[in-house]
Amino acid sequence: MGRFLLKRLFQTVIILIIISLMAFALIHIIPGDPVYAMLGSDITPEYHDQVYESMGLNLPLVQQYFHWIGNFVQGKMGYSYHFKMDVLQLVQRRLPVTVILGISSAILSVVLGLLFGIITAVRRGKPIDSILTVLANIGIATPIFWLAVMLVLVFSIKLRWLPSWGFTMPWVDFGKSMKQMLMPTICMSVGGIASYTRQTRSSMLEVIGQDYIRTARSKGLKEGRIIMGHAVKNALIPILTLIGMTLRNCIGGSAIIERVFNIAGMGSVMVEALGNRDYITLQSGIIFLSLITCLCNLLVDIAYAYADPRIRLE
Amino acid sequence: MSNTKRFFRALFARKIVAVALVVILFFFICAVASPLLATHDPDRNDLYSVTKGPSKEHVLGTDQLGRDVYSRIVYGARVAFLVGILAVLISAVLGSAIGLIAGYFGGWVDNVLMRIVEAMMAIPPIVLALALVAIFGRSVPMLILVLGISAIPGFARMMRGQVLTVRDLDYVSASRIRGNSNFVTMVKHILPNCLSPMIIVMTQSIGGTILSEAGLSFLGAGVLPPTSSWGAMVNDGYTYLEKCPVFALAPGTAVILLVLAFNIFGDGLRDALDPRMRGRR
Repeated sequence: MGRFLLKRLFQTVIILIIISLMAFALIHIIPGDPVYAMLGSDITPEYHDQVYESMGLNLPLVQQYFHWIGNFVQGKMGYSYHFKMDVLQLVQRRLPVTVILGISSAILSVVLGLLFGIITAVRRGKPIDSILTVLANIGIATPIFWLAVMLVLVFSIKLRWLPSWGFTMPWVDFGKSMKQMLMPTICMSVGGIASYTRQTRSSMLEVIGQDYIRTARSKGLKEGRIIMGHAVKNALIPILTLIGMTLRNCIGGSAIIERVFNIAGMGSVMVEALGNRDYITLQSGIIFLSLITCLCNLLVDIAYAYADPRIRLE
Repeated sequence: MSNTKRFFRALFARKIVAVALVVILFFFICAVASPLLATHDPDRNDLYSVTKGPSKEHVLGTDQLGRDVYSRIVYGARVAFLVGILAVLISAVLGSAIGLIAGYFGGWVDNVLMRIVEAMMAIPPIVLALALVAIFGRSVPMLILVLGISAIPGFARMMRGQVLTVRDLDYVSASRIRGNSNFVTMVKHILPNCLSPMIIVMTQSIGGTILSEAGLSFLGAGVLPPTSSWGAMVNDGYTYLEKCPVFALAPGTAVILLVLAFNIFGDGLRDALDPRMRGRR
């Protein structure tokens, strides 16, 4: 287990280094001079040179990378000329919102997806199976922004039950927070619920066809025991690896959802930064958001190795 | 029974797959024959009739600039097909090449390529696309490139897995013993044996790519106005949701129908091409 952990940790660090290289490359690949691209061409040459130097762009390329990543690790990500504040400050303010939304929708995806997947597999061929399977197919094909727009139309405009915008931290005002989070979380998790349902269903059907399930049946075990104790336990193992992917997709979806619901999170920061050519913020955003998915993947892999001893020995 | 006949019988074993194909063809005709099917010029403004609901003249109403929503949806099929299919082709070619090389050579080549692929996979999909848009800019060809690049990891991993299963088989060794170069062995002997899973993944990716395009256009990071894209239309419609819901509803429904059709068709193709999957589900 120790060696496995160390190996996975090492791999995660390598992946993070590659991501930082990609984010670093961003500012050099964009066409034209990055400072003029960010601040417009009507700034004075003195100001240009000042910003140019503060970003370390006058250094040789290799040195620039280490200068940039060194500062980044110390929390000196630079100044966002669009948001008019330090990038670290911006991230501190905005990232928790996206993480809360991302984690809650990932949890919702997993719980409901597994539940639906197990139900459809156990009730294979019955009406409930057909209904959920059709819904899952539609769920995968639905653009989340469209779903969000429809929910707003029904629950905010027509029924006036839920607020159509904003975000409050749960510890500030729990009731309001839940009301505001309900629709965004549902939208962000629909794709996940749908794909979990499908994956769990096929994984369960595969396990149910195995010899040990027949053995359990012939032993006279109750159907509930067979499903929960034998089938689900084995079917879940391959599903576990999807969890990292789910959080990643949920965080990706936050860019769209935060815009529809006017939520001040990291996703909307990324969209705004792109629209206003704020490359400094864009770079840091890429690293922070990827860092979250990497950490989640690492945790999932550890859980996976814990659940399935075969993985550890690989 | 001939092989082709058997394939088509398996493909259309479920009626829904045939329905999906009809839906895809319907939208394809919309894309190809948009000038014939549209009732109005999709880009012509008419400031005397803005955000009007459905009427005799405008079947689905008009948008904030007085453009005919129905005609814009018909033209939007062009962007959806163009981006969906071409981006998948790009990612299939690049991703498969990476997967093929990584799987065939193994060792450090495999290690380096796969770590890069994993790094791309760790970046949330829309964030990756946004970063690429920052580099390439906004236009239909660039959007195709952006979505093509962001879908590389899936193809690379699939292809690598396929190559690993055939790499040590006798016919690959035979090709090498004959003195064929690595390139010839990869392209002439390994690639053809990995084609059918590749075709399956390609068909299944088209739907997802159309969704990504719609998402990016919704965020204003996709095609530039006035080109009509379904995602951008939903975004326009959102502002007038209270006054005229059909304006956001209609283009979104088009996205769902087309993506659903591609996904169902992709599943059908998988069942038909992969005998192991037949009769399951």
